[in-house]
Amino acid sequence: MEMPIPDPAILARKSRVVERLSAVLPRDAVISDLSETRAYECDALTAYRCPPMVAVLPSSTAEVSDVLRICHEEGVPVVPRGSGTSLAGGALPTADSVILGVARMNDVLETDYPNRTIRVQTGRTNLSVTGAVEENGFFYAPDPSSQLACAIAGNIAMNSGGAHCLKYGVTTNNLMGVTMVMMDGEVVEIGGAHMDSGGLDLLGLICGSEGQLGVVTEATLRILPKPEGARPVLMGFDDNEVAGACVSDIIKAGVLPVAIEFMDRPCIEATEAFAQAGYPMCEALLIVEVEGSEAEIDHQLALIMEIARRHNPVELRESKSADESARIWLGRKSAFGAMGQINDYMCLDGTIPVSELPFVLRRIGEMSEKFGLKVGNVFHAGDGNMHPLILFDANKPGDLELCEEFGAEILKLCVEAGGCLTGEHGVGIEKRDLMNYQYAPEDLEAQMAVKDVFDPQWLLNPAKVFPLASSEARRALSVAAE
Amino acid sequence: MRPDSEAALAEMIRSADGPLAIRGGGTRGFSTGGTVLETGGLSGVSLYEPGALTLVAGAGTPLSEIEAVLAAENQRLAFEPMDHRGVMGTTGEPTLGGVMAANVSGPRRIQGGAARDYALGVRFVDGAGTIVSNGGRVMKNVTGYDLVKLMCGAYGTLGVLTEVSLKVLPVPETSGTLMLRDLTAQDAVEVMSRALGSPWEITGASHCAKIIDDRPVTALRVEGFEDSVNYRLQQLKTLFADRGVDMEIAPQDMSDWFWDGVRNAGKFSEAEGDVWRVSCKPSDGPGLDAAAGAEECFTDWGGGLIWFRMAPGTDLRARLGSFDGHATLVRASEETRATPGVFQPEAPGVARLSAGLRARFDPRGILNRGLMGPVMAGEPA
Repeated sequence: MEMPIPDPAILARKSRVVERLSAVLPRDAVISDLSETRAYECDALTAYRCPPMVAVLPSSTAEVSDVLRICHEEGVPVVPRGSGTSLAGGALPTADSVILGVARMNDVLETDYPNRTIRVQTGRTNLSVTGAVEENGFFYAPDPSSQLACAIAGNIAMNSGGAHCLKYGVTTNNLMGVTMVMMDGEVVEIGGAHMDSGGLDLLGLICGSEGQLGVVTEATLRILPKPEGARPVLMGFDDNEVAGACVSDIIKAGVLPVAIEFMDRPCIEATEAFAQAGYPMCEALLIVEVEGSEAEIDHQLALIMEIARRHNPVELRESKSADESARIWLGRKSAFGAMGQINDYMCLDGTIPVSELPFVLRRIGEMSEKFGLKVGNVFHAGDGNMHPLILFDANKPGDLELCEEFGAEILKLCVEAGGCLTGEHGVGIEKRDLMNYQYAPEDLEAQMAVKDVFDPQWLLNPAKVFPLASSEARRALSVAAE
Repeated sequence: MRPDSEAALAEMIRSADGPLAIRGGGTRGFSTGGTVLETGGLSGVSLYEPGALTLVAGAGTPLSEIEAVLAAENQRLAFEPMDHRGVMGTTGEPTLGGVMAANVSGPRRIQGGAARDYALGVRFVDGAGTIVSNGGRVMKNVTGYDLVKLMCGAYGTLGVLTEVSLKVLPVPETSGTLMLRDLTAQDAVEVMSRALGSPWEITGASHCAKIIDDRPVTALRVEGFEDSVNYRLQQLKTLFADRGVDMEIAPQDMSDWFWDGVRNAGKFSEAEGDVWRVSCKPSDGPGLDAAAGAEECFTDWGGGLIWFRMAPGTDLRARLGSFDGHATLVRASEETRATPGVFQPEAPGVARLSAGLRARFDPRGILNRGLMGPVMAGEPA
């Protein structure tokens, strides 16, 4: 993956930049020694690494503002970082950048149950937001699988989803307001504890902008009352196409499950070997979960199973207890780990129209043979968000490159099928150069115009989201302006 | 002007030599001045996949046409968009583009989200005549910046919508409404908050001081399978038994009538005066209510949306002062629409960003000029 050449003029200013940052931050919040900046050299896309010039760990909005003002004055690029769990390289530094980590900003600022909101500093982890309100019967809905570690800052930057977003939506549907620091240090308040914008929907624009428009330091999130209960049903089919048709019929029938998860044979085999969840050996497995009171769950599961029976399942297993639910989810939740036991893997994240599922799975199978790399498919079937896992051997020369080529082909296939490159992981550097497959130059130009307005010098999170060639002229301007 | 294709629209905007007033069905009852640009030629449902809960249609498509297509598959637009005709005294057909451009959402917004939450993709022509596509037709999509949200609520000032992809939802088997009587505004907010904080999935929570008769009504709606609806209505009754007020499960026709009225601000259709819409933190509602000195008001969204009917020309924002939220003018004379203005003024930092976006997407300032912000210096009159 190509990254811009570090600006020698910036590197030459390192000691001055460190000195100025040290003047506004506590001593232990400025990290400039290479032995320590290495800790920030990558995120969860570990194939790409580059230590930043400096890393800073501010503790407040005011400190973030100071950092950004100084970096703006010094013309130094800034890479915001939540917990560094991005699978897309969203927090990958450049050698001439300052990493701005929000990890020390993890306080709950206010919980407001009557108005069903919580206000947090954005370094707080996703799961600990729910942790702060669950005693009172509430939860924060978006549940990315990294939720134990990932920060709200990163969730907002990437507009993170999760298994339960079929019913509850993704981050953008649960975000009510932010405090954001602009690249020049100005602090703006957008939204609040009220619903909808009174002017342009800047909040909707900021969510998912991958840290390129500003640094979000505080967020007001919608919290929801926990449902009375939830239970899944597991079903196995001997054909992907039939499983796809079953998903479509469930949705059409007016039942709205909270989650519909899909696994294909390679994935089922791997998870069985790893977790022994007792899954049937078949071509396609669905886990469909519904919520409500016991009676409501019974009623919905009965409807779902009636639909499933019309598709001749090889297995139909309704959970009757918390224990059985846990067993049904066990395999799905260990799927990534199971695949990791077999080999290194690359996790993709394209979305397709649900109706294209059989076609896309068939094509992926054909490509798998062509590239000689195995693929397991796990995904959120209700909303068409696929997570093909391509297995490769990182120690084998050329295998990573082959895997990346295969991955790119799958993502192009998703676009051809009427879908998109990324459903919840974000573009980062990983899919940056594929953006041309999804968007025409004018479409990208419109998005870059937004960046021009928020960050005219293009200093925030450089070389992400847009193909390097598309953003070249703008990035060159920022260098010339020094 | 009435383009019959996206390409024709782009050409018209490119060659425009003055402001354009974008018009869908014209049901909102205002025009910003300039040449009228009608979207009615960009009409028709181009894709509908009930099994994928997805519909794509031209921006000029009448909402009634979309609702009919959906109804045939027992699906609907879950955000319950308001029909402005009654309260604005207009005719015409609301269009998809108008609804999305103004992010129009009804009572179900409290549970299911706003219009913008159901928008999956847009196509539009910006003020320079460039055709832009963003988002797509799938439910999860974080590919690039979300201009879909930006266009929902931009009232056409950043571009003219030509096509919208939507997430749609199944129509539930049934719905039911519990009505509590005689609650004060303060008690009503508490009741609605408690209900919305319960697991019973309230899809409508509204309080009206006078609607059926002279006694206040606080209404809570649930939707779903029949047994589930009945179960939850009973649970709500039990939850509020300690309030010691009359409670009744409304007959279906009254329930439907009530929520139609809330959705369309039907109460203000026949009455004179300016109509304002205030989005606020529900618990701030009673205080705002007292400060407003309105002729009449009612709340939706569990108290998070207050509709005020004010004496003509009143500057409601001046009365409310600073609060967490915003006040939008829905119905007033041309003078009042000019001052105090339709939209809540933004804080300087935010206003600068909004103005910057308008300047980039509509460099000549010709799209619905002046509607969402002051005309920029240097724009031709």
